[in-house]
Formats: sequence, structure tokens, C-alpha cells
Amino acid sequence: MAQPATPTVRVVTLRIDDHDLSAREDETIIEVCREHHIPIPSLCHLDGLSVWGGCRLCMVELEGQSRLYAACSTRVAEGMRIQTQSDRLRRYRHTILELLFAERNHVCSVCVSNGHCELQWLAQKCGVDHVRIPYRHVAYPVDSSHEMFRLDHNRCILCTRCVRVCDEIEGAHTWDVMNRGTDCRVISDLAQPWGNSDTCTSCGKCVQVCPTGALVKQGTSVGEMVKDQHFLPILARRRHLS
Amino acid sequence: MSAPKITVATTWLDGCSGCHMSFLDLDQRLVELAQLIDIVYSPLVDAKTLPESVDVGILEGSISSDDDLEKAQSFRKHCKLLISLGDCAVTGNVPAMRNPFKLADVFDRAYRENVTLQPQIPTRDVPALRVPVKPIHGEVKVDVFIPGCPPSAEAIWYVLNELIAGREPDPSSVTRFGA
Ligand code: SF4
Ligand code: SF4
Ligand code: SF4
Ligand code: FES
Repeated sequence: MAQPATPTVRVVTLRIDDHDLSAREDETIIEVCREHHIPIPSLCHLDGLSVWGGCRLCMVELEGQSRLYAACSTRVAEGMRIQTQSDRLRRYRHTILELLFAERNHVCSVCVSNGHCELQWLAQKCGVDHVRIPYRHVAYPVDSSHEMFRLDHNRCILCTRCVRVCDEIEGAHTWDVMNRGTDCRVISDLAQPWGNSDTCTSCGKCVQVCPTGALVKQGTSVGEMVKDQHFLPILARRRHLS
Repeated sequence: MSAPKITVATTWLDGCSGCHMSFLDLDQRLVELAQLIDIVYSPLVDAKTLPESVDVGILEGSISSDDDLEKAQSFRKHCKLLISLGDCAVTGNVPAMRNPFKLADVFDRAYRENVTLQPQIPTRDVPALRVPVKPIHGEVKVDVFIPGCPPSAEAIWYVLNELIAGREPDPSSVTRFGA
């Protein structure tokens, strides 16, 4: 979240790939990369929402450290030297994307989000042209009970963007997460059909921030679900200032 | 005197033939391609037997039946380089959408529930269906993957030309799942 610069925030210098940069010390690595158009894949991170650090796609290497760091949840520091591209990082990112495709049921050719999906786009960017892991092919439920929206768990990657936007921006906290592993699911209220929710205001923010075809508008056909997330940084900023 | 042409074999397994149609969408470029490659076996030509050794094999469709599996294995055996063409071949795509269901239920749906005249399950002269439906590389080794439903003629053109030029194609630069 960008905040007005105040004299109390220090500036640090750091190196990302071949770029010598300066940044405010309260910024995360991914924020600095975005400002300088250094591409880092990410799925759970979204400017305007709190940090989740769950998808691990944004992992980077820090010089002198053997373990990897999530760029979305690591703050910059003076003298940091960061590598955003390496064979090891590419291999991990590739595998994470393959695991996401293998876990649930992604059939892009018949998906409402075909052509407008962050998962699909990242797969292409990262050169995932096939999935080496066997697909699980386990059917997940679809909740069409809401009069305006639909939730298809088959396309959900559990990024929790919906949970965070509903709680932090809309203030409704309709969504949460239940169970673990492959049984993990987002739930509305206490695992009730979304259409019965007492808390949902039908604002549609969760639908707009969902990176995939999991949360969509009713009545959309193949490739018709185009999302608009422009509202988020603006609303998040207003929330922060108020 | 020109160099010997690259031999190419193609066939479709469980697909809709759309990927082959996309290949035909190369239109006048097919003439150019014909100077460089020889299609020695394909639903698009007359030859009925797969030659002993072929340079490039192209498979459309997923492996859904015993017949699909046999074809995939024979292509792997006789082709030096094997290409999975299209999402059905690469991911299982629409044919694999039956996987979460029991095969008996799928049969019932297709041959009983939706049929008004003499509902019956075909058993003669049709290959047995396999469970689960798999992408080609789920059964045999595949060398090049061209995702897309169907991949565009441009994507097919790019990959074939890279291969003809002796380079390793990067299909993700021109196509993706669902393209
Ligand atoms: S959610 Fe995205 S990756 Fe999944 S099927 Fe739909 S378009 Fe493809
Ligand atoms: S529509 Fe709005 S209130 Fe309802 S669940 Fe989504 S974000 Fe929350
Ligand atoms: S429904 Fe969409 S936004 Fe919510 S966790 Fe799943 S993929 Fe993320
Ligand atoms: S974007 Fe950093 S972990 Fe998901």
C-alpha cells in the first residue's frame, strides 16, 4: 500500500537483478519491483489488500541466503541484493503452476474466464505448455445460489483475495476458509450457500479480484468474464486515510 | 537438387478434428510447406499405413479408448519426434471432463437417458473406453506441446518452421491453454 512519504521513513539502496535502486524502507520487494517494471509472477498478492504470502510464486533469491524469500512479504533493507530470475526460481514457479492445474479442474477452452485469467496468463508467461503431474480429476462443487454471482471451486486456487477484499475493503467478512489440503475451500458465512448469506452485500468486489474463473457473474459464457480491479487501490487508499 | 523432404504423419485420437482443420487454415502457406515436408500418413491424405520411420508425428486428441492408446504407442514407436497438438492432446481438455464420473454413468447419460429410440450401449466394432482419459504424455513420451483449442494456424506454422529450421520451438511464445 503506497503511503504519503514522511520524513520519518528512511530510504534504502538495494540491487535487484542488474538495477541499482532506492526504495522506502517500509516497502516490500514486490512493490519496488512493480514500481520499476521488473516482472515477478504472483497470484495471491494484490495491491490494496493485506499480505497473504500463500501462493509462493513471487519467490526471489537474496544474496548470501540459501533459502528463498517471498517478494510480497519481505521488506527491503539497506544493501539487499535480490535475484528475481534464475533456473532454480523458474523451475519452482513452473512446478507451482503445474500443481495448481493438476489439483482441481481447469478446462480453459470452456471456462468463462478464458483469455482473462491470471493463472492462464502466468502459465503462458512461465512457459507451462503442459502439466507433468497427473491431473487429480476430482469434482468440486459449484455454488450458483447467489442471484448475481457464482462460485466454482473447480477453478479456485485458494489465493484468499476474495476473503481479504470482503473483510478489509467491503467490511462484510462473508468469506473465510475451511478444511486443509485438497479439501480446503472458501466458504460464505458458516459454510452456507452464498445465496443465503446474511452478511453479503452483493457488492461484487470478491468477483472482481478473483484471479481465475472461480468467482464470476451469473450468465457469463466462455471467455465473457472480464474483471475490473481498478477500484481497489483507490478504495484501499481511502480506507487507510479515513 | 533440394534436400530430402521431412516426413510428417498425423492422426486424431479423441478430438473433434478441429486441430487438423486449424492446420488446413494455413491456406496458401500449405503450398509453401509442401516444398519442405511430405505428409506420409494422415486423415488428410490417402495413405493407410504408417511408414516404418517418420521424422515428425503429430497427434490430436486425448487417449480415451484402447484404440487411441494403440495409435499413440505406434506413433511413438515410428516417429522420431512426437508433437501433441491442441488442448485435448496436451491436457485431456473436454474429453477428460468425464473423468470425475463413473464410466457406467457416462454410458447411461449418453446412450440411455438422452435416447428415445432403442436405447442400448454399443459393444460391437467400437473400442473399449479407458478410465481415466489421459493427455498423450500420460501414456507415451511427447517432445513438443502445442496447447490451444484449437491452436491457431499461426501457432502451428511457427512450430513447424522452427523444427524445419532445426531450432527448438517455444510454443508458449505463440499459444496457451484455451487459446
Ligand atoms: S480459471 Fe483460468 S486456468 Fe482455470 S480453466 Fe479458467 S481460464 Fe483456465
Ligand atoms: S459480493 Fe461483496 S459482500 Fe458479498 S461476498 Fe463478495 S465481497 Fe463480500
Ligand atoms: S475464489 Fe477466487 S479469489 Fe477466492 S480464493 Fe478462490 S481463486 Fe482466490
Ligand atoms: S504473491 Fe507472494 S506468495 Fe503469493
